Amino acid sequence: MAGWLIRRTLFAFATAWAISMLSFVVIQIPPGDYVTSYIAQLQSQGTIFTDDEAQALRDLYGLDQPVILQYFRWLGLMAQGNFGVSFEFNRPVLDVIGDRFLLTIVVSVAALLLTWIVALPIGIYSAVKQYSIGDYAFTFIGFIGLAIPGFLLALVLMYFGFVLFDANVGGLFSPEYAQADWSWDKLWDLMQHMPIPALALGLAGTAFLMRIMRANLLDELRKPYVVTARAKGLTNSQAVLKYPVRVALNPFVSIVPFVLRDIVGGSVIVSIVLSLPTLGPILLKSLIAQDSFLAGTIILLLGVITVVGTLISDILLVILDPRIKFKARGG
Amino acid sequence: MAEDHTTRTIESNVAVGVAREEERISVATQWQLTWWRFRKHKVANIAAIVLIMYYVVVLFADFFAYADPNLPAAKRGLLPPQPIHLFDEDGWNPHVLAFEGSRDPETFERVYKILGDQQISVQFFAQGLEYEILGIIPWDRHLIGVSDDAGGALAQEHVSLLGTDIQGRDMWSRIIFATSISMTIGLIAVAISQILGIVIGGVSGYFGGLIDTVIQRIIEIVRSIPQIPLLMGIAAAVPKDWSIEQIYFAITILLALILWTELARVVRGRFLSLREEDFVMAAELAGASRMRIILRHMVPSFLSHIIAATTLAIPTIIISETSLSFLGLGLRPPAISWGVLLQQAQNIQVLALSPWLLLPALPVIVAILAFNFLGDGLRDAADPYGT
Amino acid sequence: MATRAAGKRRPLLRVQNLKTHFFPDEGTVRAVDGASFEVCAGQTLGIVGESGCGKSVTARSILRIVEHPGEIVEGEIRYLHRTDGREVELDLAQISADGPEMRQIRGGEIAMIFQEPMTSFSPVHPIGSQIVEAIRLHSPLGKREARERAADLLRQVGISRAEARLNEYAYQLSGGLRQRAMIAMALSAEPRVLIADEPTTALDVTTQAQILDLLRQLQTDLGMAIILITHNLGVVAEMCDTVVVMYLGRVVEEGSVDAIFHNPKHPYTRLLLQSIPSLHSEARVPLPTISGAIPHPYNRPEGCPFHNRCPQFIPGTCDRHVPELQALDEEESDQLVSCFLYHEPTDERA
Ligand SMILES: Nc1ncnc2c1ncn2[C@@H]1O[C@H](COP(=O)(O)OP(=O)(O)O)[C@@H](O)[C@H]1O
Ligand code: SF4
Ligand SMILES: [Mg+2]
Repeated sequence: MAGWLIRRTLFAFATAWAISMLSFVVIQIPPGDYVTSYIAQLQSQGTIFTDDEAQALRDLYGLDQPVILQYFRWLGLMAQGNFGVSFEFNRPVLDVIGDRFLLTIVVSVAALLLTWIVALPIGIYSAVKQYSIGDYAFTFIGFIGLAIPGFLLALVLMYFGFVLFDANVGGLFSPEYAQADWSWDKLWDLMQHMPIPALALGLAGTAFLMRIMRANLLDELRKPYVVTARAKGLTNSQAVLKYPVRVALNPFVSIVPFVLRDIVGGSVIVSIVLSLPTLGPILLKSLIAQDSFLAGTIILLLGVITVVGTLISDILLVILDPRIKFKARGG
Repeated sequence: MAEDHTTRTIESNVAVGVAREEERISVATQWQLTWWRFRKHKVANIAAIVLIMYYVVVLFADFFAYADPNLPAAKRGLLPPQPIHLFDEDGWNPHVLAFEGSRDPETFERVYKILGDQQISVQFFAQGLEYEILGIIPWDRHLIGVSDDAGGALAQEHVSLLGTDIQGRDMWSRIIFATSISMTIGLIAVAISQILGIVIGGVSGYFGGLIDTVIQRIIEIVRSIPQIPLLMGIAAAVPKDWSIEQIYFAITILLALILWTELARVVRGRFLSLREEDFVMAAELAGASRMRIILRHMVPSFLSHIIAATTLAIPTIIISETSLSFLGLGLRPPAISWGVLLQQAQNIQVLALSPWLLLPALPVIVAILAFNFLGDGLRDAADPYGT
Repeated sequence: MATRAAGKRRPLLRVQNLKTHFFPDEGTVRAVDGASFEVCAGQTLGIVGESGCGKSVTARSILRIVEHPGEIVEGEIRYLHRTDGREVELDLAQISADGPEMRQIRGGEIAMIFQEPMTSFSPVHPIGSQIVEAIRLHSPLGKREARERAADLLRQVGISRAEARLNEYAYQLSGGLRQRAMIAMALSAEPRVLIADEPTTALDVTTQAQILDLLRQLQTDLGMAIILITHNLGVVAEMCDTVVVMYLGRVVEEGSVDAIFHNPKHPYTRLLLQSIPSLHSEARVPLPTISGAIPHPYNRPEGCPFHNRCPQFIPGTCDRHVPELQALDEEESDQLVSCFLYHEPTDERA
């Protein structure tokens, strides 16, 4: 088991590393180097730069060195907590990101929880009552859920919120809390704003998990151990809930990283539509302004969320499925 | 030893004769069986018909549209949809009601008033803008247009079936042309990604060993990266001065690079299981070359899987392209795609007053739905036991 | 070789003309189509036949756990139910499948073990918790006592380190140990009838012999009736008192193990016996095979189900009439056979 976890942790690092390289590519591709854009931006605002100052900046990021070295310098700077400066916001990248990183996690986890809570019982119902009217209805709803991209759902929710309740259903905070420091009231306010983003982000994942659960459970229901459980004297529903549902949970958990990945990815667009104070809107802004350090850092952070999520689900899997421990011990 | 003999099972003796019979049946009717199973899948059949209709629209977009999708009209901004009335008091007389537009003196918004007494007669297969069918045959008939008796009046100046956008461009015609782009950009991207997937997955599954391990890890990494932010990052770097065709091409490649992993996994899985199967081993023993085994035996046996996986991959591409264009990072005006059209729906104030700007969402959802249903039907038909 | 110990006792379980059909969308599968047999306490009944002939469905019908879309459509399953110290004859085919009586009987009085001991245990629950559950379903024991009893049961079926084994998972045990654990679980409520559905098919020869020994010994100790389902005639010869031969859901021949092995009547039984290599034959000599395909259960042949493969096929009779399972005229045996070589058609169809 320890071996397995170590392997998974190493893999998480490898993935994070791959994502960091891709993020660096994003930092690199815009034409011209970062300092040139930065200086151009500052000069347009009236700040005068001397050549020496520009050269100092170039040296800091190693811009005159080969790309590979620049990459490692970037990693090194980040390790020291220096994520670079955003010229679009004219502040250090970390400042710009601020609470947004945390809020992105909160929104994503809320959406993930919603998908679980809804998909699990429906999946079980659909499998146990395969081909019933309820099963067909949920299957159909599931198909529709899969077919509606989150940002379109967000648009529709915004529209109806506006037309029916004359309210802006976007955002994560009421105006009075938006700039306030954290407090219980602010947290409560956040919770109240959560359903709409969670729904917009979670619908597709819910539909997906529902179908996975149904398919897994249908597979498990055919396994001999269900017959054994019945033969012991359990009623059908006792047998189903105790054994196959439990076994079908494993693939259900192992699929969660992909759902989380799509939720985190989707959160970018949904946040833009719903004006959520998460990483999404500033990612778009920074990309359009070619504010490369900010953009690269955000892409890296979003990737890290899913990598950590994957690692957590791996740990959960070991707890859920004793077979993994055994395999890991056996070799 | 004697014990050993008596424990021989009955099956082993009886099975031989049966197996040959079954093999013949299964070889002869593999495709027929798949087709038969597919035909039973009602929803998938309907989905297929819907998609055929989509591609008819794609091929004959000029015929279905009646207006120049890029022609702005300052005086026709945000016109509401104009439903076609098929009858009036005198019976069959398809017509729309005319609008009168003016500017609100306080808000400076254009407001429109329906002129109940002013009918504009419309006609199916009406004369209108000239175009070339499939780019070859010149014609000027459109599905809908202003009645020929109206003396050469142009539909785009009088009719707004699904309303107009902020610049006064006809939504119906824009949606039709957007459909041609959004429904084809996906196909090319899917084709490229599926080829990548088959080759990489095939190599991985066929050779196994170290190559397989390395490819599997790469696939795992690619699959655990959130796609949208990365796509955005790369798409944002496409130079502003690129032409529509160049951007189109770049987006296509980009989508393909992200999508190949799914099929690669499917193909690898099939290769691994097929390698164990008797007919491949038999062919190998008989001295057939590897390439021959792959082409003659393996590829046909999972062609149906590839077709199903391809169908199921298209929705992802459609969603990605729509998302990118919606954010302004994909196709850019004057190119028209569903995502480009939806950009105008981003402003909630405008949307609340002009909900028809959200209409392009409908073809997106229906197309995704249809591809999913079709793909599911194909997959079930190809592999009813879900291996 | 075991001898018949039956005498003329009242049978514990008597299956009469059982028909269990499946109704999938594609048509009707007549999985069991008129099976009759009986078994007494302390006796072992073997059910043999090719794969797919309905043996397992018969077993599941007795326990009333036939899965959807299957249904018992006809016949009786008469069982002597023990309640309040009395014996009451119940027709299991008639009572509710999840009702109180059937739940008491299933696992309590009639227990079952399966072919695949690996997949017959839940992979994610320890063996112990699964056995404890079975014990507590049929007795008022608390958790602690049930666990002690589970360990006792494991010891009874010859598993060492019983306490430690309770915490292990199915995949941690060898095939033989798994099957022993499975037997222990089936014994947890001291059943009167044990149905063993191909209990040794998945095991190697040595383990197979050990499991069979164990079953025999448990039968001597506990006096249960055993219904042993197998397609291995060697196992039948070794274990059974009486034998039922099934073909396409029907019993084609029934009799004492001696009669079936030394005086088989039905052409199908004879072919089955020929298909076992004789004790003296060379291993490499090709075995005689039963020609022709097993008909698909969707379209069974008219008349005798075996007629398309039968070497003694009587044209005009065997393809027109359905033979009944009837006693032979020979007075010394209680062998039953369903074949027109031994009796005339009784039905009216022409
Ligand atoms: N769930 C089911 N649905 C349809 N047919 C079934 C089902 N279960 C068993 N059958 C059919 O019943 C017949 C008998 O099966 P079974 O009793 O398992 O055979 P065996 O003698 O090998 O144990 C087979 O032809 C099988 O196709
Ligand atoms: S009834 Fe006829 S076909 Fe059937 S077994 Fe007897 S002889 Fe053969
Ligand atoms: Mg069986």
